[in-house]
Amino acid sequence: MTLSWLFDPAHWSGVDGIPVRLLQHLRYTLVAALAATLVAVPLGLFVGHTGRGGLVVVGGSNAMRALPTLGLVTFLFLVLGSGEVSALVALTVLAVPPVLAGTYAGIQDTDRGVVDAARGMGMTGWQRLWRVEVPNALPLLLGGVRNAVLQIVATTAVAAYVGLGGLGRFLLDGLRAFDYPKMVAGAVLVAALAMVLDLLLALLQRLVVPKGLRLAAGRRGRVPARAVERGGTDVAAAAATREGTSG
Amino acid sequence: MIEFRAVTKRFDDGTVAVDHLDLSVAAGTITVFVGPSGCGKTTSLRMVNRMVEPTSGTVLVDGVDVRGVDPATLRRGIGYVIQQAGLFPHRTVLDNVATVPLLSGWTRRKARARAAELLELVGLPRELGSRYPVQLSGGQQQRVGVARALAADPPVLLMDEPFSAVDPVVREGLQDELLRLQAELDKTIVFVTHDIDEAVKIGERVAVFRQGGRLVQYAEPDELLSRPADEFVSSFVGRDRGYRRLSFVEGTGIEPREVPTAREEAVAGERVAPDAWTLVLDGEDRPRGWLPPRSTGDSAPPAERVLPGGSLYTRGTPLRGALDAALSSPSGLGVVVEEDGRYAGAVTAEEVLAALREHRVGPEEHTGGTR
Repeated sequence: MTLSWLFDPAHWSGVDGIPVRLLQHLRYTLVAALAATLVAVPLGLFVGHTGRGGLVVVGGSNAMRALPTLGLVTFLFLVLGSGEVSALVALTVLAVPPVLAGTYAGIQDTDRGVVDAARGMGMTGWQRLWRVEVPNALPLLLGGVRNAVLQIVATTAVAAYVGLGGLGRFLLDGLRAFDYPKMVAGAVLVAALAMVLDLLLALLQRLVVPKGLRLAAGRRGRVPARAVERGGTDVAAAAATREGTSG
Repeated sequence: MIEFRAVTKRFDDGTVAVDHLDLSVAAGTITVFVGPSGCGKTTSLRMVNRMVEPTSGTVLVDGVDVRGVDPATLRRGIGYVIQQAGLFPHRTVLDNVATVPLLSGWTRRKARARAAELLELVGLPRELGSRYPVQLSGGQQQRVGVARALAADPPVLLMDEPFSAVDPVVREGLQDELLRLQAELDKTIVFVTHDIDEAVKIGERVAVFRQGGRLVQYAEPDELLSRPADEFVSSFVGRDRGYRRLSFVEGTGIEPREVPTAREEAVAGERVAPDAWTLVLDGEDRPRGWLPPRSTGDSAPPAERVLPGGSLYTRGTPLRGALDAALSSPSGLGVVVEEDGRYAGAVTAEEVLAALREHRVGPEEHTGGTR
């Protein structure tokens, strides 16, 4: 049933067609992820490098993580009015903690001996940050970005509740009309998008993380890129759960 | 030359890490700071390149107050080696070594060429340059750490417990390597360790610190072992300091005696049945082991009765090696060899002690020894 819904040519065109919804979803995700990265990475670098405000950042991002997604989206919707802006702000706010935590943890995770040697050899603060701490933070930093992107993809689906476009429409509209094939198709598409994006980011990570660090991670028998991620990648299930609690 | 003038370091919590340190390190020598943890030896070292700023007092490098020099510039002119090397894991070995030249504005090509030279200098094959630190053993990493510190050819080298994270055999190799390098390069080296054995082996002068950041004795290793300044130093240099001191007694008084010898082939051909302990030599006169005297009822062929030898004593080296050779030999005879490893004779422990008596000891050393 779901398959026939997915492959019905009628669902592949028009303003409520799969391509349009997919591109909407993608756009929200990219805008929110970019905005969150622009806010969280510099802040994480500053806090990690100087060691100042670490407590505030960790406490703050944990508190932000505890915010109920749908509550925040609804609240901003009520405060800022309807429209994409309030939804995008909410998505950005939700994506900041994982990127911030990943960046901060990545900088802090840099071996103290390595940082001490960098200082002792005459690197200035900036040189130490860009030539030593950032390269060493990349696995955890990008892990945080991957985590944030997954969260945005899932939350965007939920945000259809306040009138946002995207793949969440299929879920919500399907639910209202008791059109279960449409709902399931929506969930499948959200999950597929999440997996494709995660795969692309994993590829990027492989390209930018220095080889020496990848070798080191292999020796330690763990993959640091995923160390700060929490939960699984089952975004459709997460979206469905949130949908259930809100309905 | 490095000078500490009335240097005190008090941390924010009130702990005094270094207490009125007055000390000068002569140019072109290895000076070791030794003491238990919390004695201020590392803090003192780190004040030289301004990793730590003194609370009061002055640190001078070649007559220049370090506080007047920009920290980054100062540090690029001073080699720095730390425990576990602290190599950059994301850079190749070659680029690690090239760090300071690159910071000082050398071209990449020139810096890498220099780095490759340095790898050879510290006894590593050039091919290792393209590897990453994680692919190296602990000892190799430490050599890279030394190469990196030497890359810009700084006159001063600070070494903070550089060899304490590697196993004893590798550590000994690294120490010998450092001494060999120093004979060639003539740097002013400050070396921090908590290991007194390492201190007396490496140091031309040794500064002993105790808790509370106080310098208790600053002397040559021989003097430190023979005349410890107080109870603390004598307990710190340890119980076998008398034996350790033999490392500084020239072995010139040793006259090796002849012992029965036999060729390996002869032993294998069962053509020997010795009445006394016989030293087995290979075709190039190098000792292979000891054949015990024939005893009644022993029917095993001679080749199977050969016992592995003890340590070898190279003629002319300090007495410690001679005594150890005698004590570790199954026959009680320490084997003396020439520098090229050929058999020269043998010596008993009694003869080593006699040679030691020849090496006159002053009366004040006895009072030092009985404390």
